[in-house]
Amino acid sequence: MKLSIQVNEGPYQHQATDSAYNFTKAAIEAGHEIFRVFFYHDGVNNGTRYTTPPQDDRNIVDRWSELSAEHDLDLVLCVAAAQRRGLVDEGEQERNKKDGNNIAPGFRISGLGQLIEAGIQSDRLVVFGD
Amino acid sequence: MSVTKKFLYVNRRAPYGTIYAWESLEVVLIGAAFEQDVALAFVDDGVYQLAKGQDTKGIGMKNFSPTYSALGDYDINKIYVEKESLEARGLTLEDLQHLVWEDEDEDWAEKDSIQVVTSAELADLMEQQDVVLSF
Repeated sequence: MKLSIQVNEGPYQHQATDSAYNFTKAAIEAGHEIFRVFFYHDGVNNGTRYTTPPQDDRNIVDRWSELSAEHDLDLVLCVAAAQRRGLVDEGEQERNKKDGNNIAPGFRISGLGQLIEAGIQSDRLVVFGD
Repeated sequence: MSVTKKFLYVNRRAPYGTIYAWESLEVVLIGAAFEQDVALAFVDDGVYQLAKGQDTKGIGMKNFSPTYSALGDYDINKIYVEKESLEARGLTLEDLQHLVWEDEDEDWAEKDSIQVVTSAELADLMEQQDVVLSF
């Protein structure tokens, strides 16, 4: 089955991001195709490489990046949500004249149309959040 | 993109306590460009999103409620409000904005967009959807 995932909550604050990760990983292992993982609301905070959790805790951001590298996962941060919350890639840095960028490997910033397209193209869109 | 799917946006939260309501509306507006079969549902505190006479001056936030009246222009005219949620909050249809759309097939006659439905009817509607986005 072709699946897309929507993540609506921030990492560490809310279990939704852990559940989304575990679900995505399990789906891939079960042979399903993941069309896209779309991060919305505070979910965009899953994509900052500045995240530094204590060493005895899971690194939620690195986990997504590694999964993306292994399986060529398309990890998309909503641009409008990302701009509000200070998530910046090189293009956004340039456009908005910021002094740096913080997007983690494997993630890209794009528009909400990517979420709608995921809904259209996938057999199921699975939403994680409150 | 020729596929047309039935999208339902379920709005469950009060308009200003969290950003979910506003960011849901942003998805709806962007999604309108994809020419899908779109419906909106308002349940629980989500019914307050459609309340008329909203004034956000005291909290310093943008009042986005006028945007709902533009939905008809985006061909979004199926707006379901759950009856039980209205009743539990002492609200009636009169407390909500009057949202309308113009029916091209009937000489642009103005029609109501909001339909009050029971919880059971809403469950049936959800069953008929291809994609349900919950905010």
